[in-house]
Amino acid sequence: MNVELKNIHKHFGTVYANKGINLNIPAGTIQGILGENGAGKSTLMKILSGFIQADPGGEIILDGSPVIIHSPADAIHDGIGMLHQDPLDFPPMRILDNFLLGQSGGLFPNRNAVALDFKRLADQFDFSLDPDSYVDALTVGERQQLEIIRLLWMGARVLILDEPTTGISSLQKAKLFATLKILAEQGKTIIFVSHKLEDVEHLCHQVAVLRAGEMVGETRTPYVTSKLVEMMFGKAITLGARQPGEAGDVVISMKDISLEDVRLRIKNVNLDIRAGEVIGLAGMEGSGQGMFIRACAGLVRPVGGRIQLKGQDLTGKTYHTFKRAGVNFLPAARLEEGLVPGLSLTDHFVLAEEPKGLFIDHAAGQKLAEERIRSFNIRGAPHSPVESLSGGNQQRAELALLQSPLSLVLLEHPTRGLDIESVIYIWSKLKERCKQGASIIFISSDLEEVLQYSDRVLVFFSGKVSEPLDAGRTTVEELGQLIGGKGWADMGEAHD
Amino acid sequence: MIKNRLGNLAYQLVALLLAFGVVSLILISVDASPSEAYKNIFKGSFGEMRKFAEVLVAFVPLLLVTAGLLVTFSSGLWNIGVEGQVVLGAIATTWVYRLLLESGLPPVAIITLAILGGMVGGAIWAALAGILKVFGGVNEIFGGLGLNFVATALTIYLIFGPWKRPGVASMSGTVPFPDEFSLPLWAGLRISPWALVIALAGVVFVYFLLQGTYFGLRLKAVGKNFRAAYLLGIPTWQYSMYSFLICGALAGAAGAVQVAAVYHRLIPSISSGYGYLGLMVAMLINYQALWAVPVALFFAALNIGSIQLPIIMKLDSSLSGVLQGVLVLFVLLAAGVRQKFGRKS
Repeated sequence: MNVELKNIHKHFGTVYANKGINLNIPAGTIQGILGENGAGKSTLMKILSGFIQADPGGEIILDGSPVIIHSPADAIHDGIGMLHQDPLDFPPMRILDNFLLGQSGGLFPNRNAVALDFKRLADQFDFSLDPDSYVDALTVGERQQLEIIRLLWMGARVLILDEPTTGISSLQKAKLFATLKILAEQGKTIIFVSHKLEDVEHLCHQVAVLRAGEMVGETRTPYVTSKLVEMMFGKAITLGARQPGEAGDVVISMKDISLEDVRLRIKNVNLDIRAGEVIGLAGMEGSGQGMFIRACAGLVRPVGGRIQLKGQDLTGKTYHTFKRAGVNFLPAARLEEGLVPGLSLTDHFVLAEEPKGLFIDHAAGQKLAEERIRSFNIRGAPHSPVESLSGGNQQRAELALLQSPLSLVLLEHPTRGLDIESVIYIWSKLKERCKQGASIIFISSDLEEVLQYSDRVLVFFSGKVSEPLDAGRTTVEELGQLIGGKGWADMGEAHD
Repeated sequence: MIKNRLGNLAYQLVALLLAFGVVSLILISVDASPSEAYKNIFKGSFGEMRKFAEVLVAFVPLLLVTAGLLVTFSSGLWNIGVEGQVVLGAIATTWVYRLLLESGLPPVAIITLAILGGMVGGAIWAALAGILKVFGGVNEIFGGLGLNFVATALTIYLIFGPWKRPGVASMSGTVPFPDEFSLPLWAGLRISPWALVIALAGVVFVYFLLQGTYFGLRLKAVGKNFRAAYLLGIPTWQYSMYSFLICGALAGAAGAVQVAAVYHRLIPSISSGYGYLGLMVAMLINYQALWAVPVALFFAALNIGSIQLPIIMKLDSSLSGVLQGVLVLFVLLAAGVRQKFGRKS
């Protein structure tokens, strides 16, 4: 099926997630969509698959006729099926029941007929799925296979895959790619959303690159990697001279740290961080940096290795022990994890202080709040509930909650969604902490921020961790390649 | 802030009017006069000193339960098990009485120990719900509901088994203990000033706990955002347990008062549903301790006043329950409408 997107806009508040996107995908094409986090890839795909609606004015044209898609059910009716990064299935149910769920009509499904269909489809792509086993028992790759044949069975002629190669084995990846190629030959349209350059280069007939909501370029095979990276991340612009910190004694020392979750495995990381040092963690979301920073906070327990903080062994200790030892963690999800909606700024500052006696001195709390609001330049009153503050002010409030003194500050996306003025302000506050002897580890998807404020950078890709790179001698281009999974072999000493 | 409060009050007044409106419609549909029914309820509760004393008898356990529930609600827990915690308070109090009646201790000491025993009993029952929740992953609503049934069964077992009256066991309960071992009553009335003191002390305690202490603030943080509270350094599951224990102790005190001041023995329906009624009061006052006293008094008055209805108007006394339920629904509805309305503007 030919898919044509015309002038697609989508805004959330004042932010444009998609700006005037035009894209033409002929039937039988495998179309790659590249872009960093927040580039607008997911928004565009959600519009096409009916999860959200575009702003008025745009058009979706399938095989020459314009369609209006209000819901995922509409989308599948029109032949568009989306495979989500986390498969939308029902783990406690049998595979065949999952398969049946999306079917409309009929009170009593004909299980036998459906089981035959299932077997035919599975055999066609050489998937070995037992229709009577439970979804919980499947690997991510197998759940993906289930989802693909389910969508095909429901009549999908356009298949959207969102980061499908994350969390699956290389064998499953080879099978997935073979399947997608067969489907394209059958005349199906495949849209492959990814940040992995290698996968896109290997599989896609043509590639569109999004950056900051806009389509910045389209290209066809053969690809020039450096060109793709440049389109994804833009040209390097320097934000002025870097100010490397003075490194002191070792604050945190990690020896052979290994981490695991259902998707990723990080093996044998060794790292010493000195007082006053800033370490930036770069990588696409879900590449392992989140797990790593949480392990530094004591929120994820390593499966191997030791963590020492200023000589004190903290391996396997709880987050609260880490916190008492001077480690503070500011999560990215401010209102979900960082702050307590419903409580005021004053309440937060009082909570973060050591209690003095049994009763709260409300006057002192008010004074403390006024003082912090002033020194952190928060736009809000002491009695303002935190959820009423803007994102930038919530971030400032989180920073104002950091205890003193501190050994290690861990930050997830400390400046995401903030205006440049707030970014500069927040980093000036963080650098003050460094001068007082704290080390900082932070995650950011803004590579310029990473290079600007870090002393050393670790790049994460599918659980692989690079050796620490000297931020002063690394370029956005180099980071971009590593983030996209290129150039790891050249690093030699990189961990597998 | 003040404008916000006034707006809130206006919404609740509208809800109150609507609730009375709906109940009036129900009354009209059965050919009864609403105004006469309300008048009878009022006369039945505030008409005479004796009747007002009855209202206070109902008010005491209701206020204690509500005070306890304010604590669990603050920490984000739906302590449905509060009903069973009242029952266990009553059982523990009866048990202490049975142990000490012959001990020769002065009655004051025995009464005090019995009431403290009731508080411990309620707290233990609440701790069970808490352990199920924290360590077993059983939602406190399900755990509490289950424990309520166990508590009722335990009462019946004790009354008909080990604690039965000499001769014949009966639904009228265990052997009443002598008058000098009960909380002293006001002359000629059924209400004990000491029971009132306990109830008011409970609500004042909770008020200061929630408004003024670090403990209360941490409890609220846990209730509003468990995850963020943990990251802020609050030992979250411990605080959940503390709130269960406090609520259980207050509910246990309610059960203890039922035994020590009202029935002087253990009876099968010792809690009379005060636990569930307390849940309604707590929801109605939107978890603000200050409002617990007037609203609990109002609910107690409705309960006692409606006793007159079957006698005078041939209406069922469950009308008070209908009014209470409808009132809670409308207040919650008003809050929902307000939120939606507020978000749009």
